[in-house]
Amino acid sequence: MKNTLIEIAARYGKDEARLMDILMDAQQALGYISKEAMEVIANELKISAADVEQTVSFYHFFARSPRGKYTIYLNNSVTSVMFGYQEIAEAFVKETGCQFGNTTSDGLIGLYHTACIGMSDQEPAAIINDKVFTRLTPSKVKEIVAGIKAGKKVEDLSVETGDGINAHPLVKSMVKNNIMRKGEVIFADYTLGTSLKKVAGMGTQDVINEVKNSNLRGRGGAGFPAGMKWEFCSKAEDTTRYVICNADEGEPGTFKDRVLLTEKAAQVFEGMAIGGYAVGAKLGILYLRAEYRYLKAYLESVLEEMRKNNLLGKGITGKAGFDFDIRIQFGAGAYVCGEESALIESAEGHRGEPRNRPPFPVTKGYLMKPTIVNNVETFCAVTRIIEKGSAWYTTLGTQSSAGTKVLSISGDCEKPGVYEIQWGMSIKEMLEMVGAKDTMAVQVAGPSGVCLNPAQFDRKIAFEDLPTGGSMIVIGKFRNLIRDVVLNFMEFFVEESCGSCVPCRSLNVVLKQRIEKIIAGNGTMEDLSELERLSKMLSMSTRCGLGQTSSNPILTTLQNFREQYEGLVRKDTDYISTFDMAASVKESCEYVDRKPNIH
Amino acid sequence: MSKPIVATTSLAGCFGCHMSILDIDDRILKLIELVEFNKSPVDDIKTFTKQCDIGIIEGGCCNSENVHVLKDFRKNCKILISLGECAIMGGLPALRNGIPVKECIEEAYLHGPTVDGVNTEKVLPNDDELPMILDRVYPCHEIVKIDYFLPGCPPRADLIWNAVAALVTGNEMELPYEVIKFD
Ligand SMILES: Cc1cc2nc3c(=O)[nH]c(=O)nc-3n(C[C@H](O)[C@H](O)[C@H](O)COP(=O)(O)O)c2cc1C
Ligand code: SF4
Repeated sequence: MKNTLIEIAARYGKDEARLMDILMDAQQALGYISKEAMEVIANELKISAADVEQTVSFYHFFARSPRGKYTIYLNNSVTSVMFGYQEIAEAFVKETGCQFGNTTSDGLIGLYHTACIGMSDQEPAAIINDKVFTRLTPSKVKEIVAGIKAGKKVEDLSVETGDGINAHPLVKSMVKNNIMRKGEVIFADYTLGTSLKKVAGMGTQDVINEVKNSNLRGRGGAGFPAGMKWEFCSKAEDTTRYVICNADEGEPGTFKDRVLLTEKAAQVFEGMAIGGYAVGAKLGILYLRAEYRYLKAYLESVLEEMRKNNLLGKGITGKAGFDFDIRIQFGAGAYVCGEESALIESAEGHRGEPRNRPPFPVTKGYLMKPTIVNNVETFCAVTRIIEKGSAWYTTLGTQSSAGTKVLSISGDCEKPGVYEIQWGMSIKEMLEMVGAKDTMAVQVAGPSGVCLNPAQFDRKIAFEDLPTGGSMIVIGKFRNLIRDVVLNFMEFFVEESCGSCVPCRSLNVVLKQRIEKIIAGNGTMEDLSELERLSKMLSMSTRCGLGQTSSNPILTTLQNFREQYEGLVRKDTDYISTFDMAASVKESCEYVDRKPNIH
Repeated sequence: MSKPIVATTSLAGCFGCHMSILDIDDRILKLIELVEFNKSPVDDIKTFTKQCDIGIIEGGCCNSENVHVLKDFRKNCKILISLGECAIMGGLPALRNGIPVKECIEEAYLHGPTVDGVNTEKVLPNDDELPMILDRVYPCHEIVKIDYFLPGCPPRADLIWNAVAALVTGNEMELPYEVIKFD
């Protein structure tokens, strides 16, 4: 064990900032990361064992005890629940003979839950040793588990392959792209290298001006003007600068970045190189969620190909001094790492806890150097903007929201998948486009966004009305909104809070318990006002966007679907206790051997 | 008009909150002018002798007797106040929540440093007269409706004084931030 770890640490130059990679490799080699392993790693990197342990313990996919030779992570996100999660979970338990959160006694199979894995249009889905298995059915589960027991390799557990690059020999995945609508910016044809050649002939400020003039706003959700961000970074004092592409894509219901990295990877990388040129950075990092590790070999081959074609590396397109390269940094399962400062912490090998801001990443980012962090789609759009010009770009979309947006649409509709639309489309038009009927609600922008009722379906998808990173979950009339959607979202936030801020760490739990109480029929009108009060308190008193928005599932449904809550709460009383004396003394009385006297 | 009547009790607490009540110093004389005490360790009245206006509860519920006393308070008091961390959240006693009751009993009567090797016959108290141990420590508001919560471990004397004075006089409560402490 020791030698393996020493070799792994050496692979990354014993650099403590590469701890995430070291841990990932260690886990791949040894199955899990033991206390002893942490000590060896700490020793090699010359940091304390506690530093290693706090990183290990933060991430869902790092195991401190064995999780089976085959580790099954079944997604329990909202769309998985909509499309049969329960049945699949039972099938896995039955076939493996293992309960969730455990491994089989022979150590062969581990069975665990995980949050949204970016497959919302093909749920229920699970990850087994980095391979993704989609649209699971009980019979597929049976087949998979039988294959495992027969000792098959993970890649041979399913014969299905997906479309496009998913069928590429380096990917060989059953994942489907489901590109349902191609727009003018992201999915239109593009000749690789066109834009890089163009920028090589431009001044750096001209490139920034072009992006500024395009009015391109960040596609990760917050919509900050990309050109302005680049300009801040380019003017920062420190001249060692970095470009980071945010491919953490953890917001339940989004999966478009996965599709972009599958089909348009080179275009995204080209956008990063353009960013590098504009802000004067030599290194770019693609921070990719661990759920997408099945794309690793393919993405590395794309990078290699670009290096060969002089689109990455030294003297890009032949221009002396235009040096830029990209490395892939994997996460290890933490939604909060999509928040840019948490992402940076994680990329440096730490726990993914958001930083206090300011300073913002543009002045103090990766390794405390000026850094631009942009979403996958933002970089992909930049490549097109440089090719076709900002004037062309601003003819698309609306006044305040230029260009197109790639939506990830899932839930109760005939044609879930990825749609590139121009900003300004109404929800009603979107529902028609995807073949949604009898819609009760649309969850716009994921759990941290808003839940709309039909009276609001005229609203427009645009920064000036409904801003979104692209997650759209359609919820049919026959669903139980509070139980299957709101509660699921709150469970997600409880799990994903990094825990730094007390209100986020505890109020999400309190809110979730209130929802459970209401669902169980023990809620009162007072609970509804408490939900509102606590939700507002939570959003006001936390450090990052997670806590600021995690009560939105409650606040927006209380606003738009109040009647559903009122139908559940008791109005004849203002207090209900669920305390049960007999049940609560049972265990102690049995143990000391006495008869409970309940009166 | 007769004076408002106050009752107090300490459930699964350490009496620290009651000490904090006494910490109002010479205002205790004013308090006696303002209110009358009924069931309370302060005057050692053991059972309610009349309906009260304000019930002040220290400590959460760790056994069946705590629950009975708390319910009795709810029945006999118009307003109930959870005083301090233990009443509000379970506090220190609630550290046992999450540990199986069996293990807690074993630690208390068989393996703990003060009983280890002494309780050789492994006697576990099970007399019918004894309160029964609950599966976990409950905050008061999970058992009965609580009207007000005064945080602190213990709550500052000024907080208690301001709250009681406000309730009794009907004036708005003074809440300068210095008097609200959570530990
Ligand atoms: C909890 C949380 C999660 C986030 N997750 C992502 C994500 O997965 N992908 C992303 O691009 N941005 C995410 N963001 C937004 C980023 O912080 C940041 O604004 C974005 O990457 C900037 O890129 P853009 O301007 O191109 O959108 C998240 C923010 C928060 C608060
Ligand atoms: S708001 Fe929540 S997720 Fe964000 S820093 Fe605070 S505790 Fe962490």
